[in-house]
Amino acid sequence: MLRIAKDNLTALFREIAKSQSLFLPVKNAGQTNYGIWTEDKEADLDTLKTVKSAKDIFFPQSETLYTCFKDGKKIEIKPQELEKEKFVVFGMRACDIEGIKVLDKVFLSDPVDSFYKARRDHATIVALSCSEPEESCFCSAFGIDCAEPIADVRITLVGDSYIWEALSQKGEELTQSLKTVLIDDADEKALKEEKEKIRNIVEMLPLSDLSLDGFSGDSVSEKFDSPIWEELYKPCLACGTCTFVCPTCQCYDIKDYTTNKGVERYRCWDSCMYSDFTMMAHGNNRTSQMQRYRQRFMHKLCYFPANNDGMYSCVGCGRCVEKCPQGLNIVKVIKAFNKQGGEK
Amino acid sequence: MQELVTRAKALLADGTVSRVLGWKNGDMSFNPEPSFFETEESLAEFVYDGFCGANLSKYMIEAGKRDGKTLVFLKPCDTYSFNQLLTEHRVDREKAYIIGVGCRGKLDIEKIKKAGIKGILKIEGADAELNDETLKIKTIYGDSEIAYKDAMLERCHVCKGKEHMIYDEVIGESQDTCDKERFAEVSKIEAMSPDEKFEFFKAELSKCIRCNACRNVCPACSCRKCVFDSTKFDASKKANTTSFEEKMFHIIRAFHVAGRCTDCGECSRVCPEGIPLHLFNRKFIKDINELYGDYQAGAEVNQRGPLTNFTFDDAEPSIVKERG
Amino acid sequence: MSIERNDQFRPKIVAFCCNWCSYAGADLAGSSRLSYPADVKIIRVPCSCRVNPMFILRAFEKGADGVILCGCHPGDCHYSTGNYYARRRMTLLFSMLDYLGIERDRVRVEWVSAAEGVKFSTTMNEFVDSVKALGKNVRLGDLRCKN
Repeated sequence: MLRIAKDNLTALFREIAKSQSLFLPVKNAGQTNYGIWTEDKEADLDTLKTVKSAKDIFFPQSETLYTCFKDGKKIEIKPQELEKEKFVVFGMRACDIEGIKVLDKVFLSDPVDSFYKARRDHATIVALSCSEPEESCFCSAFGIDCAEPIADVRITLVGDSYIWEALSQKGEELTQSLKTVLIDDADEKALKEEKEKIRNIVEMLPLSDLSLDGFSGDSVSEKFDSPIWEELYKPCLACGTCTFVCPTCQCYDIKDYTTNKGVERYRCWDSCMYSDFTMMAHGNNRTSQMQRYRQRFMHKLCYFPANNDGMYSCVGCGRCVEKCPQGLNIVKVIKAFNKQGGEK
Repeated sequence: MQELVTRAKALLADGTVSRVLGWKNGDMSFNPEPSFFETEESLAEFVYDGFCGANLSKYMIEAGKRDGKTLVFLKPCDTYSFNQLLTEHRVDREKAYIIGVGCRGKLDIEKIKKAGIKGILKIEGADAELNDETLKIKTIYGDSEIAYKDAMLERCHVCKGKEHMIYDEVIGESQDTCDKERFAEVSKIEAMSPDEKFEFFKAELSKCIRCNACRNVCPACSCRKCVFDSTKFDASKKANTTSFEEKMFHIIRAFHVAGRCTDCGECSRVCPEGIPLHLFNRKFIKDINELYGDYQAGAEVNQRGPLTNFTFDDAEPSIVKERG
Repeated sequence: MSIERNDQFRPKIVAFCCNWCSYAGADLAGSSRLSYPADVKIIRVPCSCRVNPMFILRAFEKGADGVILCGCHPGDCHYSTGNYYARRRMTLLFSMLDYLGIERDRVRVEWVSAAEGVKFSTTMNEFVDSVKALGKNVRLGDLRCKN
């Protein structure tokens, strides 16, 4: 089995970066987010969760779709080039990887989103097992095993080395290209023990007993009409923090920007918390913050499973639990419904 | 805390107030949420501890639209915001029953996590009344401790004082938590070279995700429709397309509240990326104090703000260049 | 005489001029045949206090290298006090831009009356020269509007 010493990661990054772009969690002004690795960047694999999820790499917060140039009476349209180069995403956690699977359902089903597909096709994902899950994590509620994330390659911190397991064709290719830095003497037994250790920690997490009973595609109208929403939404500021840090939120808006020479059409993440979300010529179909708040959770826990064979569009990463300015989150919503169910 | 609940129940029972605006227990020991309590029974979930940093004054805009009085708990710094909202006719004094609550500094969960404390199960010592100097934290990975002071929000280190600016009654004692110079950080940046300043703000603002939490939480940002929400405006609120967008947003956000910002520090508290947004607001406050005389927004009701006022011999804009 | 090719940097300057004094001052400069660089693009506003800080940032966003605001002399405002408010606003805005590391000479306020054609011309010449010395504005401005 292969491994790479923690101290020697920079050599590994250098080796990967020789032939392709390398995205990994990097520290910038005190916060860790995914970024392209260069020699002067500080890689940070110890922070469990980047503020923004790795979604940003495949589905950037803002991206240009095409540009129009105006020259006198002529208009020239320049399409945006799709991703053509291979790249590596290093250190993705199990929840973020499952988040990408949710996005796949949306962007890779007909009509296929060519921008997203190009990036998915060119990416090699190196997953990182979560050695120290935290209190806000509840991926186990969605059946995700953070000890064994499934991607092209999986690395797990055991002692002072990361054990390297190639899991796919792409992963094998990457492994081949890194033969010079990977050492072939990893302890398989220690890896097994580490995974057991992680699973034991997961059971101790405060949110590990979260039950999703009653949330499914079949309970749409019952949940939709519940009076609980009137209570739950009240502290909501209508900011977009929860949607922008979420690894599965996939709504976007398309806008035009007038440059000095024409128009640039771009798309950017939208948030169902915003008052102009799904704005149409006649106005907005959701007129109150309660309706917008309800939309977010109904989408994640009811509408999405109804349309995707029961797959929830929440992966339990817990970013909303950590980042909501006023302490609201999806767990509180689920618990509120569970509690109401118990009282009935 | 019990005293607050008892008083709230009494006021609900005798019909003085129709509802109570306070904080509700979270599902963890560090994430209480602002909440309206309509009944005496619901107050069982009421909480007031070190993690109740949320400024409730802005919720009073909504509460003012409902029938009857709302009992609101305000910390000393929150009362400045309430006064400012009152000055701007955004809240109704007649519809508010204000209980000033004691405060000994509020806690920042991010600071606790930055200290390397992970997997938090329980935090003890955050009670508002007991003056524990250390927080005892139980985690999955063993027990930890951190001094209460080290876990305090930035704004509490430059606290404006223990006095409530407006109230109907006060319950509880406040403590002096101010141990830093309010404008020290701003002065430090002012002393940098232009290149250093630019690099500093570029690094901080490049983290911005345009979630608008800073704007939406701000008690001074109470416009019904924000210019950044306009569909006719290029620098759309949602996009973070180039670095200019963030700069523009944050300069304008701070400018629109200049002279009205009470320095409550909510913007920095809520930023998911930990951008020190108070540095923008405080720069304006510092300039206003230096150029137009000391001014504290919200200290009194119906003060005339420095940007809606002038004197004949104000400094010329060229002073920015002259003072070097 | 031959026409010289001039490849040196020509800054884009936006000048906000109030309708009652500075715009008339610019007019006077023109009718007195006083020259000022063609790099200056004048935008007429009813009063200097009409200029929201956002206008200045927007000018930079869309590619301006320098922005100047001209209004009536303090005390002479057509609306009595507009320029006093503008003065406070601009002072704070310029101070903030300086705080963010933007060159101080890219922004300026100058009071120009309707009788000061000469002042208008010299101010603009000076301002263009100082912005020219700073070079292209790279710190403020949307990348999409560049190139």
